[in-house]
Amino acid sequence: MKIIGLDSSGLVAGVALWEDGIIRADYTTNYKKTHSQTLLPMLDEIRGMTELDMNSIDAIAIAAGPGSYTGLRIGAATAKGLGFALDKPIIEVPTLEGLAYNMWGTSDVVCPLMDARRQQVYAGIYDFNPELNVLMEQSAIPVTDVLDKVNEIGRPVIFLGDGAPVYKAIIEDMVKVPFKFAPAHRSHQSAASVATLGAIYFAQGKVVSAADHAPVYLRKSQAENEGPKDFLI
Amino acid sequence: MAEDILILGIESSCDETAASVVKNGREVLSNTIYSQIDLHTLYGGVVPEIASRKHIEKVNQVIGQSLSEAGVSLGDIDGIAVTYGPGLVGALLVGVSAAKAISFASGVPLVGVHHIEGHISANYIENKELQPPFMCLVASGGHSHLVLVKDYGEYEIIARTRDDAAGEAFDKVARAIGLGYPGGPKIDKISKEGNPDAIVFPRGKVEGSDYDFSFSGLKSAVLNYLNGCRMKGEDFSQADVAASFQKSVIEVLVEHSLRAAKDYGIEQFAIAGGVASNSSLRAAFETACEKRKIKFYHPSPKLCTDNAAMIAAAGYYEYIKGYRSGYDLNAVPNLAIGEKQGVFIL
Repeated sequence: MKIIGLDSSGLVAGVALWEDGIIRADYTTNYKKTHSQTLLPMLDEIRGMTELDMNSIDAIAIAAGPGSYTGLRIGAATAKGLGFALDKPIIEVPTLEGLAYNMWGTSDVVCPLMDARRQQVYAGIYDFNPELNVLMEQSAIPVTDVLDKVNEIGRPVIFLGDGAPVYKAIIEDMVKVPFKFAPAHRSHQSAASVATLGAIYFAQGKVVSAADHAPVYLRKSQAENEGPKDFLI
Repeated sequence: MAEDILILGIESSCDETAASVVKNGREVLSNTIYSQIDLHTLYGGVVPEIASRKHIEKVNQVIGQSLSEAGVSLGDIDGIAVTYGPGLVGALLVGVSAAKAISFASGVPLVGVHHIEGHISANYIENKELQPPFMCLVASGGHSHLVLVKDYGEYEIIARTRDDAAGEAFDKVARAIGLGYPGGPKIDKISKEGNPDAIVFPRGKVEGSDYDFSFSGLKSAVLNYLNGCRMKGEDFSQADVAASFQKSVIEVLVEHSLRAAKDYGIEQFAIAGGVASNSSLRAAFETACEKRKIKFYHPSPKLCTDNAAMIAAAGYYEYIKGYRSGYDLNAVPNLAIGEKQGVFIL
């Protein structure tokens, strides 16, 4: 069985190929080019390197949000296009679950943080028992609320994600339990984690059709929040 | 005759998600459009983030429907043509990303298409005899360009708007006189009941340019007129304001266009874009072209507004010239006419 993993929810573009419990390829970039310029060329590179027949894949696992709206849509449209042409389903992996899965096996609590601007983070809280267990569903909330929750849980915690360095000072100030920060190679979104966790969800039958997939934004658009108004000329 | 060429067109540059299958650049086998206009009407104009979200929800369904209505499968398609600019970047990226992934997974070659070149090419669909060279006025909510089509895929911009696009002026004036969004069709309709000579609005001129357009002065003149009425406590006639405003826009468009056509020795003139579906504009061009012995072309209204058949038509002529785009094709919100992001393989 083969699953393509895709993650373009943040600054990182990631593509991976999972085959029967093995990561055949895992390609990550974090560079100034847009995901529109990187994601598909990276998949093309993997296809060539692993002599992959695209028709042999079983599903596409995607970091389904939250994240950068544009990044999520580039990933979603790519996954949907692949699913359409190959007639294969999509496995929607919540972005924060994919990120937490980087730390599989730790006995600590895992708290991935993505900078969501407007004084908020996209965050979730997880542990492993032995598989991923959700302690706090992924949400768009103030970082202080997440840290309150971490203190309330009262167990040692690992922070990771692009929000961790942004809020380092607040974390050091507020967190009352033992905490550490994941190192560089574990701190970013990983398409290999998305594909591996996606394989578990696939086995559980958690798939959607390519036509039905849409990102989870966790936020309404600004216009919807503000409501209809008379636009000035 | 060589084998038929089928092009799948995909368009998502603004608020329509569209896909179409076109045979040999001229014969439309399907033309599927999901319009979001009702969603945006609430906000008085297109909200980019809402548009992008809706595109992602609908893109596969629209493409699937266009293939099934054409009675073909992806394996029958020779090329995928997708709009990659100009337009709203988030909206464009949905169509571009989906088209690239479909091209990648199916092996069907990809052709990136300029949205305005698409509008111009809408004229090929219903006018089988039309061939370059001709001149085309493209007027829509986002664009007002006068373009010389020298050959298939070869364009020279003769004039552009210096401020508002013609369609934008229609939308703004429609809002100001209480007609709502979208302004073009509403002004067209109510103008039929109004007196186009009731109010004399200025004809926009651009200093130092022979053919360029300007509509912001006209828009201000309408607003000043309305303010004046309010100050004096007088009512104004929606129909008269609409008709007089529309007459001013049309006169400028026709006058600049036909002067340019004459100066360039052009014998065929076409219009395109959403504003080209305006009935008075068509009639004015029809009369003016006839008087000057210029053959006049226009697409039917459904092919004037955003659609993917026009993208497939433009894509066809690029495809047969051997033009191909790569998997790194990116959305370019300010893409210039004639700008290319690909290579010729023939």
